[in-house]
Amino acid sequence: MLSTLYAVLFYVATVILIVGTGMKVARYARTPAPLKIPVSPAPRTKRGVWFRMFREVAFFQSLFKSNKWIWIFAVLFHFGMLLVLLRHLRYFTQPVWWWVDLIQPIGVYASFAMLAGLGGLLLRRIVVPRIRYISNPSDYLMLALFLGIVISGMGMKFLMPVDILAVKQFFLGLMRFQINELPAQPGVLIHLGLVAILMIIFPISKLLHAPGVFFAPSRTQVDNAREFRHLSAWASQLPPLPEGIPEPEEGK
Amino acid sequence: MAPLDKNADEAPKVVGDPFEIPQLECGAMADTHTFEAAPEHNEPLGFPGELLDNWQEVAIAKMGELAEKNRAFQVYLDACVKCGACTDKCHYFLGTGDPKNMPVARQDLLRSVYRRYYTFAGKYFPWLVGARDLTKEVLDEWYTYYHQCSQCRRCSVACPYGIDTAEISMAAREILDTVGVGQKYCNEIIAKLKKTGNNLGLNPKALRATLEDLEEDLEDETGIPVKLPLDVKGADILLITPSADFFAEPHIDGLLGYAKVFHAAGVSWTMSSYASEAANFGMFIGSYENMREVSWRIRQAAKDLGVKRIVFGECGHAWRVGYSFLNTLAGPFDFLDQNYPIPQHIMEFTSDAIDDGILKIDKSKNDEFIMTYHDSCDVARGSSMGRKEGGQFDLPRKVLKAVCNHFYDMDQDTIRENTFCCGGGGGLLTDDLMDLRIKGAKPRMTALQQVTTDYGVNKMAAICAICKTQFSKVMPKYGYDMDDIMSVHQLVANAVILDGQDAEEEQDAPEAAAEEEK
Repeated sequence: MLSTLYAVLFYVATVILIVGTGMKVARYARTPAPLKIPVSPAPRTKRGVWFRMFREVAFFQSLFKSNKWIWIFAVLFHFGMLLVLLRHLRYFTQPVWWWVDLIQPIGVYASFAMLAGLGGLLLRRIVVPRIRYISNPSDYLMLALFLGIVISGMGMKFLMPVDILAVKQFFLGLMRFQINELPAQPGVLIHLGLVAILMIIFPISKLLHAPGVFFAPSRTQVDNAREFRHLSAWASQLPPLPEGIPEPEEGK
Repeated sequence: MAPLDKNADEAPKVVGDPFEIPQLECGAMADTHTFEAAPEHNEPLGFPGELLDNWQEVAIAKMGELAEKNRAFQVYLDACVKCGACTDKCHYFLGTGDPKNMPVARQDLLRSVYRRYYTFAGKYFPWLVGARDLTKEVLDEWYTYYHQCSQCRRCSVACPYGIDTAEISMAAREILDTVGVGQKYCNEIIAKLKKTGNNLGLNPKALRATLEDLEEDLEDETGIPVKLPLDVKGADILLITPSADFFAEPHIDGLLGYAKVFHAAGVSWTMSSYASEAANFGMFIGSYENMREVSWRIRQAAKDLGVKRIVFGECGHAWRVGYSFLNTLAGPFDFLDQNYPIPQHIMEFTSDAIDDGILKIDKSKNDEFIMTYHDSCDVARGSSMGRKEGGQFDLPRKVLKAVCNHFYDMDQDTIRENTFCCGGGGGLLTDDLMDLRIKGAKPRMTALQQVTTDYGVNKMAAICAICKTQFSKVMPKYGYDMDDIMSVHQLVANAVILDGQDAEEEQDAPEAAAEEEK
């Protein structure tokens, strides 16, 4: 019964995550940018823009320049999460890919980095008056959700070990559309339940910053407006303006 | 330069750190409203004269339309994670302490309403995501705080996703205009431009008379008939310059500088009475259609006069429109000479003239000035110049260093792409916002005071008509004189020696020459 419930939950969550985010991305891609608005320092070539975006995504370059504390916490959290997620691939692959085995030890400790990053971000949100001012309940809840996922995950790893092989069998089964027994241990149920919630809210929350960063015209446009005419579809449909200069009202 | 304690009584508190973060003071600027436009200001722009009865419905629909038509608006409303990196980047926040002047909080004034009507979370869980209904109070709040944004984009540079508050602020102003709530300053000026060709409402006759006066001044000064041509068909270059260059100081001196450079380079050039304005306030109000109409005049003037090139004078947002938007709005310019950038900035022209050795320069003429340079936001963050990335920063400095012996930059985090706004950009250069303008200039003024203390800097140069006007108004509040702001081409004009000038000076104007020796 519980296994079926979680199986359905994960199918639904996966569909919402993929379809919902896909629809948002399609919408971003479809919406035209009427003007060239790259913000300095703006590259003049496509290659330059690729390099700029690489630096933004791989190093959070702009954030580094603008706020070192937020940068440190953001890097700890995001890159910790990247390693943790890669490590989790072992629960979806049989046999486990060699490089996933290789990062296994780092992946385990990366959870501490995630925890430190989240803690720092939460602390700033509470302590710095400017950031407290701009925070809504959802901003705190999002951090709480991630903290819940990380702490329950670490609990299973370091404090109360669970039948992880059975959990893996459950997910391998889901990938083949079979429902295997999910161990009814609180750590497992809490961790997986929170992850499912995260997947469901992804396309309707600020987590959209992940795809959004690739669609921000201020960063992704090439600074070449003088060389190449940029015209959006709707602007090209505007009624033409009159040619020529009307006679001046007063004599020159 | 005046001593720093001048006007000490009324001067805002000046501290040594341009980045000092103020205590939050909720509502500190809530009562600062710029004057609203009258029906005769709104209607020529295609907007309703006064607030519509069904304004709420129209505003919400317009918001949806903008999200469909502008990717920046759509993505920026979704992507913000409230990280706070932008919160200490706005000069108006630093100067006023009003939390609604923090970029993210300014965006949220609109984002909260967008969420309410266009997102799942905002429709069903408004309290969770801070979504709110569009009420008259909210509309008034938009009017207040979206007219406390100079659209300078300093926050966009700081944002990990490049979220550009200027785009949100422009969209908000367009929504306001669409329901009949316009700003008097911008809308009156655009209406005037549509009638007369410039923001001042100067007719061709008056413009010609002004230029003739200036020609006389130039001839008195140099002994050489340097021309300021108007409506000359068949000239090679059409100069598009802000109308402030015709009457305001130090703008005029910049115009005389362009004229001297053109004269020395031996090119034929002209201005146009039909397009006698570089400024395009259509950008400030976020109206693509109005911006297009204003830009269209430049195309028509260039065609009518049969010029081969277009050169822009010193004007910040005009250069953003010129460099980044003109080709989009009024292109393609296939009838112009393709060997030159279209359009070109006067700084590019002068820089090339220096490289080619065309200008004879006596740098010592500017020796009394210890210079720094203020990067104007629209030039710095919304455009470029020259052949290399970053030319918008390097070319003006190169020209300044070519005509001045003493030049020092301000703090690295207050120049180039991190430059602080003068405090008067984005359609806020109006007397009814003077309090905001003085407070908003504080970070820039503090950075200037640092180089005054460290290097004895006594003049600041800029290439934006708005910056120049703003600084000549607010600098006295910070212990400087109103003429401590200069045009870059004013310094060029001082240093350039025209062919035959020396000889003429001795013959015709010995007193003037003696004056300059002092």
